[in-house]
Amino acid sequence: MPIPSALVTLLVGMALVLSGLWVGYNVNVLPLDASANAPVYDALFRVLFSIGTILFVGIVGLVLFSLVRFRRRAGDITDGQAIEGNLLLEIVWTAIPAIVVLFVGLYSYDIYERMGGMSSLNDHAAMHRMAPTETETMEASVGAGSAVSAPAARVWGGIGVAADDVNVLPVEVTAMQFAFIFHYPDGDITSGELHVPNGRPVELRMKANDVIHAFWVPQFRIKQDVIPGQPTVLTFTPTKSGSYPIVCAELCGPYHGGMRSTVVVHEPDAYDAWFEKNSPLAATVASASLTPTA
Amino acid sequence: MTVASPNDFQESLQPQGWLRYFSFSLDHKVIGLQYLVTGFIFYFIGGALAGVIRAELASPISDFVGRETYNEVLTLHGTVMIFLWIVPVVNGGFGNYLIPFYVGARDMAFPRLNAVAFWMIPPAGILLIGSYFITGSAQSGWTAYPPLSITTPALGQVVWIVSVLLLGGSSIFGGINFIATILKLRRPGLKLMQLPMYCWAMLGTSILVVLSTPVLAGTLLLLSFDIVAHTGFFNPAMGGNVVVYQHLFWFYSHPAVYIMVLPAFGLVSEILPIHSRKPLFGYTTMVYSIMAIVVLGLVVWAHHMFTSGTPPWMRLFFTIATSFIAVPTGIKFFNWLATLWGGKLALNSAMLFSCAFIVNFVFGGITGVALAQVPFDIHVHDTYFVVGHFHYIVYGGTVFVIFASIYHWYPKFTGRMLNEDLGRLHFLLTFIGFNLCFAPQHWLGLNGMPRRVAEYDPSFTTLNQISSVGALLMAISSLPFLYNVLVSAFRGRVAGDNPWNALTPEWLTSSPPPVENWVGEAPLVEHPYGYGVPEDTLSVAAATGRDLWSGAGRR
Repeated sequence: MPIPSALVTLLVGMALVLSGLWVGYNVNVLPLDASANAPVYDALFRVLFSIGTILFVGIVGLVLFSLVRFRRRAGDITDGQAIEGNLLLEIVWTAIPAIVVLFVGLYSYDIYERMGGMSSLNDHAAMHRMAPTETETMEASVGAGSAVSAPAARVWGGIGVAADDVNVLPVEVTAMQFAFIFHYPDGDITSGELHVPNGRPVELRMKANDVIHAFWVPQFRIKQDVIPGQPTVLTFTPTKSGSYPIVCAELCGPYHGGMRSTVVVHEPDAYDAWFEKNSPLAATVASASLTPTA
Repeated sequence: MTVASPNDFQESLQPQGWLRYFSFSLDHKVIGLQYLVTGFIFYFIGGALAGVIRAELASPISDFVGRETYNEVLTLHGTVMIFLWIVPVVNGGFGNYLIPFYVGARDMAFPRLNAVAFWMIPPAGILLIGSYFITGSAQSGWTAYPPLSITTPALGQVVWIVSVLLLGGSSIFGGINFIATILKLRRPGLKLMQLPMYCWAMLGTSILVVLSTPVLAGTLLLLSFDIVAHTGFFNPAMGGNVVVYQHLFWFYSHPAVYIMVLPAFGLVSEILPIHSRKPLFGYTTMVYSIMAIVVLGLVVWAHHMFTSGTPPWMRLFFTIATSFIAVPTGIKFFNWLATLWGGKLALNSAMLFSCAFIVNFVFGGITGVALAQVPFDIHVHDTYFVVGHFHYIVYGGTVFVIFASIYHWYPKFTGRMLNEDLGRLHFLLTFIGFNLCFAPQHWLGLNGMPRRVAEYDPSFTTLNQISSVGALLMAISSLPFLYNVLVSAFRGRVAGDNPWNALTPEWLTSSPPPVENWVGEAPLVEHPYGYGVPEDTLSVAAATGRDLWSGAGRR
C-alpha cells in the first residue's frame, strides 16, 4: 500500500468534519428569524446540523464502502475473518457518542436558559415570597370569565414565563375550536389577530375553552400547548416587523388545519396608532402601564 | 411446569395441511405465520389509509375526503400500523417462529396462551376497522388525548379503546410467553450468553411490554369511564387533569417505540453475520446495550410533552435521559458496521434491506437526538418534522427489517427461495419511494407545517406533492413483493434445508421444519455466529498488519 491506511483514514476524517461544519454553517432551511430567541435557536440548529451531517455522512460512507469493497465476488464461497470483537474499539465508540450527547445536552441547556426556559423556576420561588401579589396577578391574567380558573394558583411551564420587565405587554389568549382570541387588558381590545410592537417583550397568558390547542409561530421558534384547566404563559420579543402565521399545532378537531391566525409585528409608532384606534378606553389609560409588577 | 405439546391435539381435533393456518393451532410456527400474514393484511389496509392521507395532502385545501373522515383516517392509520402491523409482526410473528428454535425448544412455554394471544388480534382489528363503517371510528389521533377524545363521537372512541385493550392484552400474553420461553425452556447446556441476539432483543422487548402495556390499559380504562360514565379523571370541566393522561399514555407509548425497534435490532443481528460470513461483532456489548435501552426507554416518556404543561426540571431531565439512549443505540450500529467490515457481503435483498435499515435508522436517530433537545423540540413538536422522524424510525427502521427478514427466512417458512431480481426491484422502489416520501417532511415541519392537518399553507404544495409521489412509489413497490411471495411459494427454486449456510438452529432442520422442530434431539449451538476464518489460519503473505491488530480483542 503506497499511502499508509492510517493517514488516509485521518485525512478522510478531517475532510468529513470540516465539510460537516461547513454544511452546518451554511445550511438555510429555517424560516425567517423574527424574535429575540430565534437566532439563539438557529445557532443550536446549526450545531446539531453539523454533528448530524458528520455522523450521517460518515456512517453512510462506511456502509457504502463496505458494500462495494467487501462484496462477495462470483464464485467466492469462503468466509470473512472471524473477528468477534475488539474491546478498545468498543470503548472508543461508546465514549465518543457519550461525549457528543453530553456536549449537546449541556449546550442545549444553555440555549434553553437563554431562551428563558428556566425562568419559571425563579418564578416558582417568587410565588412563595410574594404570595398575595402573585394571586392577584393570576386572577388578572386568567380572567374572571374563565370557567376553569380553579387551578389558577399555578402557571404551567412555557418559555420565558413571567418576565419581570415592567415594559412587558400582556395579552390574554383564549383558544377554542377553531380560533385564537386575543384580549389586551391594557386597552380592553379583543382581536382575532395578534398585534404587537417590534422590540417589546410580549407575555401571552393562555387558556383553552374546550380541548388542547397549541400556539405556534414558526418565525418566532416558540410553541406552547394551550391546555384547558391549566393556564400557560409564553413570552417572546419580536425583532422584525411583518406578518407571520399563528398555527395551531395540536389536533383539536375537524377544522384543526384551518385554525390559523396572524401575528402582526408593527413598528412601535404604528402599534400605538393601531392600539388607539381600536381601544374603547381612553388613550391615556393605555399609555399608563397596567402591567402588574410581580 | 407441564408443557403442552402440539402433538396432544395433532391427531384428534387439529386440522392438517393448509387448514392449520385458520385453526386454533398450538404450533409456534403456525402461530408465527398466522401473525405474519395477518400483519401483512393490516399493513396493506394501513397503507391504503396512508394513501388517502397523501392524496388529501396533494393539494393545500381540504378536498379529497371530509374533515371528520380525514381525522378518522389518520387515527386508523396510526393505530393499525402500530398495533396491528409492526408490534404483532416483529414480536408475535418472528418471535413465535424463531424463539423456540433459538432456545432449542419444541414449542413456546405456553402454547395455548400463545394461540389465545394471536386469536385476540383478528377480532380487535375487525372491530377497529369495522367501526369506521358502522359507528364512525375515533377521530382523536392514535394518542387519543383528552379532552378531544372525550368530546368527539363517543361510540367510535369506545370501540377504539376496546380494540386497543384487546391488542394490548395480546401483546402482554405474548411478552409473558417470550420471557418464560427464553428463561425456562432453554435446551440443557445452552447458556444465556450463547443465545442468538434476537433472543436478547425479545427478552428486553418483552420486559418492556410487561412493564408498560398495563399502564396503557389502565389509562384507557379511565378514559373510557370519562366517556361512558362521565367521570372526571381527565375531564378539566370536572376537575380532571389532561396532562396526567399524557404522562400515563407516553409511559407506555414511548417504550412502544422500543417494542417496535428492539426486535428489529435483533433480526438484523441475525441477518448481517450470515450474509457477511463473519461473526456478530461485540456480542457482549450488544447484549448490554439492549438492556441499557430497556432501562433508559422507561424513563424518557416526557420528551413527547415538552410543550405541554411540564416544569423546567422535568424538561431537562428528559432531555438528558433521551439523549443518552443514543449511546447504547450507537454501540449497536457501530457493531453492525464492524460486522460488515472485512466480510464477504452477499448483496442480496436481505442484505440490501438491512443496510438500508442502518442508513434510515441512523438518519432517524440523529433527528431523534435533535428532538430530545427541549429548545429544538419546542419549535418542531407536533409538526411534519416529527412525522418524518418517526417514519424514519418505524418504517425506515423496522419495516425495512421486516422485509429483510422475509427475504431471509422465506426459504425456511416455505422451503422455496424468493426471486432475487424481484427482491432487488422491490428494494429499489421502496428505498427511493420511502426517502422521497419522508425526507421532505422534515423541511415542511421546520418551516411551519403542523401534523394531522387536512389543509396547509399553499407555499408547501410542491414538497407535499413530492412526498405524495414517494408514497405512490412505496405503494407500487409492494406489487413485485406480493407477486414474489405468492408465486414463489409454488414456483420458487427449492431452497433445501440451509440455503444460506447458516449456523443458527432454525436452519439445522428441514425447510419447512417438522411439527416438533427437529426430528431427533435439538442441536446444541454454542456459537451461533461462529462464521469466518480464524486469523491464525490467514495466509501470512496476504495478511496486513491491521488484520492482525484488529483481532487483538478476540475472546
